[in-house]
Amino acid sequence: MDKIVFRKPPLLTDAPMHYCPGCTHGIVHRLIAEALDELGEFENVIGVAPVGCAVFAYNYFKCDMFQAAHGRAPAVATGIKRARPDSTVFVYQGDGDLASIGMAEIVHAAARGENMTVVFINNGIYGMTGGQMAPTTLEGQKTTTSQSGRSAKEHGNPIKVCEMLSALTGPAYIARVSVHDVKAVKTARAALVRGFAMQKAERGFSLIEILSTCPTNFGMTPQQALCWVRDHGTAAYPLGVYKDIGLPGEGRE
Amino acid sequence: MKKLIISENLCKGCGLCVEACSRGVLSLSERTNAMGYRVTECVAPDKCISCACCAVMCPDCVIQVHREVKA
Repeated sequence: MDKIVFRKPPLLTDAPMHYCPGCTHGIVHRLIAEALDELGEFENVIGVAPVGCAVFAYNYFKCDMFQAAHGRAPAVATGIKRARPDSTVFVYQGDGDLASIGMAEIVHAAARGENMTVVFINNGIYGMTGGQMAPTTLEGQKTTTSQSGRSAKEHGNPIKVCEMLSALTGPAYIARVSVHDVKAVKTARAALVRGFAMQKAERGFSLIEILSTCPTNFGMTPQQALCWVRDHGTAAYPLGVYKDIGLPGEGRE
Repeated sequence: MKKLIISENLCKGCGLCVEACSRGVLSLSERTNAMGYRVTECVAPDKCISCACCAVMCPDCVIQVHREVKA
């Protein structure tokens, strides 16, 4: 007798992913598929892909996908969710997409408490366009547009999205997780499950920030990049749950 | 019974599975797949305890993990 303890989740297609070797987008795609699978959401899921490396996410998810203009994914998802309130809507955005050009959209979607789940990939860099400095680039981090390291005086301070959005009244669940090792990946999966559960229970806006890597533009091996996130990423962006209004039945309403 | 089923055509040779395994079951092979990447291979199947840590860290869902259960 043998039992399958790990297999590709049914919500992912068999298409080989175009991401670079060791890119954590693949891990996060799988975690989203597993979380939706765990909640029994399959038929009624609509995802909104960003502009960035994950622009082709529609090739990898079997659910309906929509490709939004740069940064506008939360605005598009607002329309989708309001037109089809029974569907489960998730937004997948990178840090250049969400924290730079799409800052207005995400802040207002969160302030309105739109009932959707946002997956925010924070790797501190613009991956697709060649490793330029992003709003979330760490102080001292070298990128192609901050070659001697980001300085707070010259380039400004990094934006902490979770801390900022958790100050609003609208959001139901805001958490920051990482994918730098097996334990972190499992915590990230649990956070995604809770985020989608919040949406299912109509509690409102949920955002899960996932500290990720870009080995190609960090100029590191995939393992070195994960160690860098563990040592430097989590120091600048502390992991944890920033806001949680609780699910029905937990006695926190 | 094979505990690890590796879809070599999907592997990009990033080596995260090799690092995630604490028992030295996996290693990057000298062989390359159609994409030109060195694929991961199971070099010590007897040491595998089907913990699935390799599969959890794989960005490309290359590894399917089976566990033997006593009937």
